Amino acid sequence: MAALDQAPVKEGVDQETVDAVREVGGAYKYGWNTDIEMEYAPKGLTPDIVRLISEKNEEPQWMTDWRLAAYDRWLQKEEPKWAMVDYPDIDFQDQYYYARPKSMEVKPKSLDEVDPKLLATYEKLGIPLKEQMILAGVEGADSIPAEGRKVAVDAVFDSVSVGTTFQAELKKAGVIFCSISDAIREHPDLVRKYLGSVVPVSDNFYATLNSAVFSDGSFVYVPPGVRCPMELSTYFRINAENTGQFERTLIIADKGSYVSYLEGCTAPARDIAQLHAAVVEIIVEEDAEVKYSTVQNWYPGDENGKGGIYNFVTKRADCRGDRAKVMWTQVETGSAVTWKYPSCILRGDDSQGEFYSIAIANNYQQADTGTKMIHLGKNTKSRIVSKGISAGRAQNTYRGLVSMHPKARNGRNYTQCDSLLIGDKCGAHTVPYIEVRNNSARVEHEATTSKVDDDQLFYCRSRGMDEEEAVALVVNGFCKDVLQALPMEFAMEAQQLVAISLEGSVG
Amino acid sequence: MGLPERKRTATEARLAGLTLPTGGWAEPARRDALSRVTAMGLPQRRDEYWKYTRPDSLLDPEPPRAALLEQGGELVFESMDRLKIVFVDGVFDPEASDALELEGVTIDRLADARDADIHWAKDFYGVLEARGQTPVERPFAAMNTAFATDGVIIHVTGKPSKPISLIYIHRSEHSDAILHHVVRVDRDAEATILENGPAAARFNKCMEIDIADGGILHHVRAQGRDHERRAVTHVFARLGRDSVFKSFTLSVNGVLTRNECVIELTGDDAIAHVAGACVGDGDFHHDDTVFVTHDAVNCESRQVFKKVLRNGATGVFQGKILVKEGAQKTDGYQISQSLLLDEDSQFLAKPELEIYADDVACSHGSTSGAIDEDALFYLRSRGVPHGTATDLLTLAFLAEAVQEVEDEALAKDIISRLENWLARRR
Repeated sequence: MAALDQAPVKEGVDQETVDAVREVGGAYKYGWNTDIEMEYAPKGLTPDIVRLISEKNEEPQWMTDWRLAAYDRWLQKEEPKWAMVDYPDIDFQDQYYYARPKSMEVKPKSLDEVDPKLLATYEKLGIPLKEQMILAGVEGADSIPAEGRKVAVDAVFDSVSVGTTFQAELKKAGVIFCSISDAIREHPDLVRKYLGSVVPVSDNFYATLNSAVFSDGSFVYVPPGVRCPMELSTYFRINAENTGQFERTLIIADKGSYVSYLEGCTAPARDIAQLHAAVVEIIVEEDAEVKYSTVQNWYPGDENGKGGIYNFVTKRADCRGDRAKVMWTQVETGSAVTWKYPSCILRGDDSQGEFYSIAIANNYQQADTGTKMIHLGKNTKSRIVSKGISAGRAQNTYRGLVSMHPKARNGRNYTQCDSLLIGDKCGAHTVPYIEVRNNSARVEHEATTSKVDDDQLFYCRSRGMDEEEAVALVVNGFCKDVLQALPMEFAMEAQQLVAISLEGSVG
Repeated sequence: MGLPERKRTATEARLAGLTLPTGGWAEPARRDALSRVTAMGLPQRRDEYWKYTRPDSLLDPEPPRAALLEQGGELVFESMDRLKIVFVDGVFDPEASDALELEGVTIDRLADARDADIHWAKDFYGVLEARGQTPVERPFAAMNTAFATDGVIIHVTGKPSKPISLIYIHRSEHSDAILHHVVRVDRDAEATILENGPAAARFNKCMEIDIADGGILHHVRAQGRDHERRAVTHVFARLGRDSVFKSFTLSVNGVLTRNECVIELTGDDAIAHVAGACVGDGDFHHDDTVFVTHDAVNCESRQVFKKVLRNGATGVFQGKILVKEGAQKTDGYQISQSLLLDEDSQFLAKPELEIYADDVACSHGSTSGAIDEDALFYLRSRGVPHGTATDLLTLAFLAEAVQEVEDEALAKDIISRLENWLARRR
């Protein structure tokens, strides 16, 4: 959209028309910011800031101590440099670690009390928070019949959770769905038992940082035998400038339960890069199943690589019981830099892990993403399907690990990672690690790299499509395997995102 | 930037026992290499490039002992007409070798380098090794360039009538040999180089190969019969336009083998194939590390590695295809497979692609598993005994790699070695 943005606007054409045209043209749709009065903690990271965050969340002493211990570990850790991403050094002292809308000072008791400005923000993002307005939850799902499909949303705005919908209905089913700060206060036993049990405090630099300063996030507990009556979702919005968002999500699926969880994220377009370091922990007990889907659409920076979100995320699921199942699906279209490896620890016998990913990098975006499948139990199965698309001057890396331990008898893994290159200035890379330590395990890995097929493009063009449309169609076909794994609402949004993210990459 | 303390001490300790050969045309290159290796430091257990192979025994100031194996039966390549160049514990043996004369090729000893200040190899010695240090460091290769005590310098000017055969003999239980060979293949020239033998208790070998436009080099190597030896070898090859390089390695046993192959395709339409078949039993660790760089248009590269492992043997494959910006029409292929014959063996692989050009077809595959039960059942139902059936399937598995050897007689020789290995273990 560079050409359009820079094109001189003729006199007499009003700004609204220009905006409308730009909107249609695609580019980043969520780049606006909400002008809202914020309250910040002072810049920088010190034990005092950690205490302050803990205090603001009215946390018990054990939580404060936990955070301070994490802070001490963080000081000893070095920033990882092995990923194929290149960005200027981050000054961790030049960031705000806590920012919340002033209106959230006194926690609203229900969504009716929430600042209308905040509600309007989410509405504009296509995430209505008023329950009567919620039909299908996510934009692009207009065609879905209104009845039946409900999505409970936990909306996180900078450092705080604004509100969580459908809590009452979920409670009836026994499901706990709330912000993690509420959970620390209201369900300390559960939090204390599980927090940090999948991603240990000192797991890696960013996870340790997150453990010290996470301000909010979502908490889910599904009791034994319960099938969560609706999809749960968290919507993360970074709004404040120079502010890092550090959210923490903890999902516990008890024996025989099922939950599908969706995660979405956006941020305003700003010249200065912003930091986002999240941790997601999932515990899957015997016979339970968790589906975790992400559409990551943080601001990717402009077409010259200015600004954007640095996205450093640690996500891990632990299949603790037999026959536990976890499925990660991600569509990564945003962020200037992505560093993210949702993993599965397949501890229980017959447990299963799946990872479906589409990573799209355009302009100067850099993505280094993939998964880890750690097979510990007998007859564990995993499947990895990763589709990387690079355009412009972007670099896209798949990095993954498949590890079959000696006890993972009859373990099975299938990995497919395909890369598509659009343009001759971008890069696509594959860095798989395969460790097979027993002979009854079967591991297969395939990877291909190619460009958009000329014959397919020609065919589409001969049917009257313009080039960008044709590329979007071919790319959607390339991503089909992953798109099919997404919940319906997300699949539609993702499909559109694929087209939008590649805007301007042809020709 | 200083090295971590531990790495610096280990490097100093290893280098302390070595003397830099002085005088002659190779000295400047040796000094450069020495400063390279001291700056990089030798690999440590936690280095990413040594994630799957422990370099410890390669770092010991004294080489670990390796028992001599009795040389029963005919050695590999023995029935072939070839020009024999023999090294005993890393020292050239003129008595056992043929006269270093063959039409279409000139052969000199590296050990004679100190006698002259001018030699064509002055512009080649250590050059490809130095280029091969980026983007990944290969400190043992730099150490080799600095301290190599012997080796041959082969200049292929025409099409010699028979292969040049380098034979390494191991006579002392504590030998620690460092050999460095330089091979230059002129425009449109063609040659075959063979290598075999245990060499030493610990062996560090480096071969730099520069192939001019239209040149062809076949390289076939057999590492075997030397169960306790440790070896780290490097092949650095640079290919000009329309040139061809094909390298095959058969590895049978060896307590530690690390074979690195670094190939750079710098001329358009060049072809490089690297293949390896390895069979390991027991206390066996075999690591193939390959790095192919495509820096020209329309080149082809193939990496085919097959490993058969049993009794707790470990196979490692680290392969990479790097396609630089502008290296369009690249055809890159890589396959690494392992057959684990029992539950103690393991296969560790890291097959990488790094691609900066869009009009390419690159793929890699990697599999690991046991013998296919269905295939075994089929053979047995046809009356083939269990042992024979397993051997047949194992050979079939290795065949894709052995097929990379173009010369039929050589390929046959290699297959018979594999058959023997299997038969001995029945």
